[in-house]
Amino acid sequence: MTNAWTDIKNTDLVVVMGGNAAEAHPCGFKWVTEAKAHRGARLIVVDPRYTRTASVADFYAPIRQGSDIAFLMGVIRWCMENDKVQWEYTKAFTNAAYIVKEGFGYQDGLFTGYDPEKRDYDRTSWDYEIDEDGYAVTDPTLQHPRCVWNLLKQHVDVYTPEMVERICGTPKEKFLKVAQMIGECSSPTKTMTSMYALGWTQHSHGAQNIRGMAMLQLILGNIGVRGGGMNALRGHSNIQGLTDLGLMSHLLTGYLNMPTEKETDFETYMKSRQFKPLRPGQTSYWQNYRKFMVSFQKAMWGDAATAGNDWAYDYIPKLDVPSYDVLRMFELMNDGRVNGYICQGFNPVLAFPNRGKIVAGLSKLKFLVTMDPLETETARFWENHGEFNDVDTKSIQTEVIQLPTTCFAEEEGSLTNSGRWLQWHWAAGTPPGEAQHDTWIMAQIFLRMRELYRKEGGAFPDPILNLSWEYHDPTEPEPEELAKEINGRALRDLTDPNDPSKVLVPAGKQVVNFSQLRDDGSTMSGCWIYSGCFNEAGNNMARRDNHDPDETGAYLGWTFAWPLNRRTLYNRASCDTQGRPWDPSRKLLEWDGAKWTGYDVPDIAPNAKPEEVGPFIMNQEGVSRLFARGMMRDGPFPAHMEPFESPVPNVFNPKMRGNPVARIFQNDVAQFGTSEEFPYAATSYRLTEHFHYWTKHNRVNAALQPEFFVELSEELAAEKGITPGGWVRVWSKRGSVKAKAVVTKRIRPLHCDGRVVHVIGIPLHWGFVGAAKKGFGPNSLSPFVGEANIETPGYKAFLVNIEPSTAPAGVVA
Amino acid sequence: MIDSPRTAVSNPPTQSMISNLGPGDLVRRSATERLPPPERQLTPVAKLIDVSKCIGCKACQSACVEWNDTTPAIGENVGVYTNPHDLTENMFTLMRFTEWVNPETDNLEWLIRKDGCMHCADPGCLKACPAPGAIVQYSNGIVDFIHENCIGCGYCIKGCPFNIPRISKTDRRAYKCTLCSDRVAVGQGPACAKACPTQAIVFGTKEDMKKHAAGRIEDLKSRGYDKAGLYDPPGVGGTHVMYVLHHNDKPGIYADLPENPRISPLVQSWKGVTKYIGLAAMGLMAVGSVVHGVFARPNRVSEEEERHAEDLVEGRPVPPPPPGQPR
Repeated sequence: MTNAWTDIKNTDLVVVMGGNAAEAHPCGFKWVTEAKAHRGARLIVVDPRYTRTASVADFYAPIRQGSDIAFLMGVIRWCMENDKVQWEYTKAFTNAAYIVKEGFGYQDGLFTGYDPEKRDYDRTSWDYEIDEDGYAVTDPTLQHPRCVWNLLKQHVDVYTPEMVERICGTPKEKFLKVAQMIGECSSPTKTMTSMYALGWTQHSHGAQNIRGMAMLQLILGNIGVRGGGMNALRGHSNIQGLTDLGLMSHLLTGYLNMPTEKETDFETYMKSRQFKPLRPGQTSYWQNYRKFMVSFQKAMWGDAATAGNDWAYDYIPKLDVPSYDVLRMFELMNDGRVNGYICQGFNPVLAFPNRGKIVAGLSKLKFLVTMDPLETETARFWENHGEFNDVDTKSIQTEVIQLPTTCFAEEEGSLTNSGRWLQWHWAAGTPPGEAQHDTWIMAQIFLRMRELYRKEGGAFPDPILNLSWEYHDPTEPEPEELAKEINGRALRDLTDPNDPSKVLVPAGKQVVNFSQLRDDGSTMSGCWIYSGCFNEAGNNMARRDNHDPDETGAYLGWTFAWPLNRRTLYNRASCDTQGRPWDPSRKLLEWDGAKWTGYDVPDIAPNAKPEEVGPFIMNQEGVSRLFARGMMRDGPFPAHMEPFESPVPNVFNPKMRGNPVARIFQNDVAQFGTSEEFPYAATSYRLTEHFHYWTKHNRVNAALQPEFFVELSEELAAEKGITPGGWVRVWSKRGSVKAKAVVTKRIRPLHCDGRVVHVIGIPLHWGFVGAAKKGFGPNSLSPFVGEANIETPGYKAFLVNIEPSTAPAGVVA
Repeated sequence: MIDSPRTAVSNPPTQSMISNLGPGDLVRRSATERLPPPERQLTPVAKLIDVSKCIGCKACQSACVEWNDTTPAIGENVGVYTNPHDLTENMFTLMRFTEWVNPETDNLEWLIRKDGCMHCADPGCLKACPAPGAIVQYSNGIVDFIHENCIGCGYCIKGCPFNIPRISKTDRRAYKCTLCSDRVAVGQGPACAKACPTQAIVFGTKEDMKKHAAGRIEDLKSRGYDKAGLYDPPGVGGTHVMYVLHHNDKPGIYADLPENPRISPLVQSWKGVTKYIGLAAMGLMAVGSVVHGVFARPNRVSEEEERHAEDLVEGRPVPPPPPGQPR
């Protein structure tokens, strides 16, 4: 989230699209009801299904899953055409005025530079014109035909309300009503918030869905302001923490990148990360990359990381492929190239797509280690459960080792919520049985591995032998120790660069925050963006002061938000070019003539003059990007792409399937279905009664939604002879499930490009272990394809067929 | 010093409270002629359920199960989101889901109503109950079942205009929402209200709840719900559980919420010993459907319960199982 949960109360319009906040985030949704009750805010829901969020919305519009980009580009077009643009903001704070190089273009659904063989773009034409001083050329009058604004206007021109209806199935008048409600928020005193979740991320073009809304929010002037923002509602209590701490195969901590094998030495790695400002006087904060990187390396290898060995750069693994994401790991398992798997807090048998392929991969392993507080299907993948898990146990030789862990309520630590708040929590219970903290288990494995390397050597034992492991009890690092390591400390006395006699931070003391980190090996920090969470003032994540001066929703004394306890990112953009709040009644910051003051921690240097320094300090431009340059693999502007399995062809290029640059494994191509064979558009989701697969173990949750079901329209049910509460079989090219039928008015057939598109909703929760009834889930059916930039699996749009059926064997109908 | 909690959101008070909902707080007691007047008048309380704010998450159902330590069965899906499919002795509150197409706008509305005991000011269950002290009403308005006095006859169901109580199949006693009388007695609001993430369920004095409702109704009218209003039906003397409805002119669209609930005239007229005769007569007649029409609800009294009523009238002992059996 750019903003915080508590900030949503400040909004005038909530748009829930690509998510289902009331059902999937009911506690956070309270801030929507606050905004509605106290500000008279309106709520719009755009979704293939009339959800429980829609049940409390002021307006609902249906949409075909996977077509959000067309809808959003349509809204941008409508706003441009109807002058619903926050002009001062757009001109000053976005790259609307930047001139794009000659040679950039878009045709037939593709941008310039496409190579169908490589399934990749040559992105060199997707950039600005650069002048002789190395700065981007701009035209503040927006007259230049190749300025971003005019290119955007040209790009969205095709997304007329009629085209939106044709692609998305959203009736034109409903689309126009949404566009009008959104357009009102171009006023500097009206703001809109976007609440989205996995309904946008889990597509092969997920990142472009989100960019589409971010661009809309920018031209409306809604980024950086109270009640505005792009608010990603994360699907787990700590999934934000997972990405922040770099638990992605291509990331280190704090969004530093894992080096590739082409970056053989530190200077080569750093060369593409200089991040010089692209406009005079801009901050370009990533110029500090080296400080964060060296401090990370010092945190990893301590004294073994020296200037002489490039801070142990050779110890860091180098990627030979863009990422070793989960889809690739299971592909490699199926190929016999991954033989062991440690599965920590993860249930891929149910949670990952194409269950058949997941189980086949696990069946080829030599060993599988699971670490989980609960029994999982993954740990039991080899057990035959009749139709619910029809495996040949005897043929599976995988050795499975189950390590029971503690759950969140049995351990101390911090969880990072969607709003980037690091919230410390304390253990409320003692672990049952043999359960151990994950930290204990990891320490035991590490210490034994290190011992083996010490005794037996190996190809390159140095990174293991030299790993910094300075814990009070090496067999179980304490949560506070780890937090302090993440915050970072001075390794030598840190002196004032202007006055070397003045010590800013004595050796051994915690740094105040990342502004004190250095690239000369004198500091260490495990994750720079978290720096400040545990400094000499103590554990800031444990703070519980709920004072909120003037009720802005900032709550600066409550826990710690990264970065620097800042609650709203880009908050300098809440003021005009002179530094005055756009909306004085919703002030966040203001320029007092000498410095930035206000309710939040300024997202700019406190003395940066408003006319000179742009608000988007992480960007080299100092402004935000309507045109993303070459930073995304699938285009500088979002363009409509169909799902790989779509009920209709892409209207702009019928031959183009899915995202043209998404990675597809050869083995999976044969497992894509066509709309002839599989005519219905399926989507998957979880229900408010459940939490992913965990609550299968809880009788209460199980009782509240007791049986696996699918949802379909009355029209499709009538066509197929399906009765409410009756059994149906649903199958895709990859698998087949049996479910109860919920026949509902909440799903209605959509009319897309002259065809009737029936939507089938498939909730997840059920499996074959736990207190709940046995059942199937959507991932026996979903396709094995990832998002083009980040490889998040595309669970939200695929094709199935359906027919009336009978109960699975062993189930009393 | 206050006598009852003013909200369900806050934590329990640290100062002692007047109220503990003891025998001295009773204003009515089933089948009891000469109940001494209450020792004091507690401030009437109410739970307000704002249907327009409810997201149907069932946290209220979950909290109810947890607080009351009941064990609803893991049932089956019959094609709807309402689970279990009806109130049971293990499920005192239930979100009922109705898909309603508004004929004026042709828009679908998914109406979600939390069903449960309404805690009528004039409680039909209590009036119909033949077992002394099995149903009581406190001066703050809470109607509570005292299970050890319950004989399991089921007449509370007949007397209830909302069809709420349910007889346990294992211990043959009647169960329903207590408005968390045990929590209210120690200064906490009902578990459902505490758990509600959107504060669609709020709790406080009845007066405050009416004021709160007025604000909500104003907001709904600003969103085009001209007929938004408070459901506090006068036919039962008002209720201590009230609804804010967007379509208060059509309560029936919310899973058959009665338009004008009232106690059956037959139950209303029973007095003293005639009550038992009346009950038996009612039961017998109901079997023959002679007066079936006077009841707003279908007859749910089983033959066994009829027999117990007859036994009662004829002075034979009725065998209730001992309290404390698992439900």
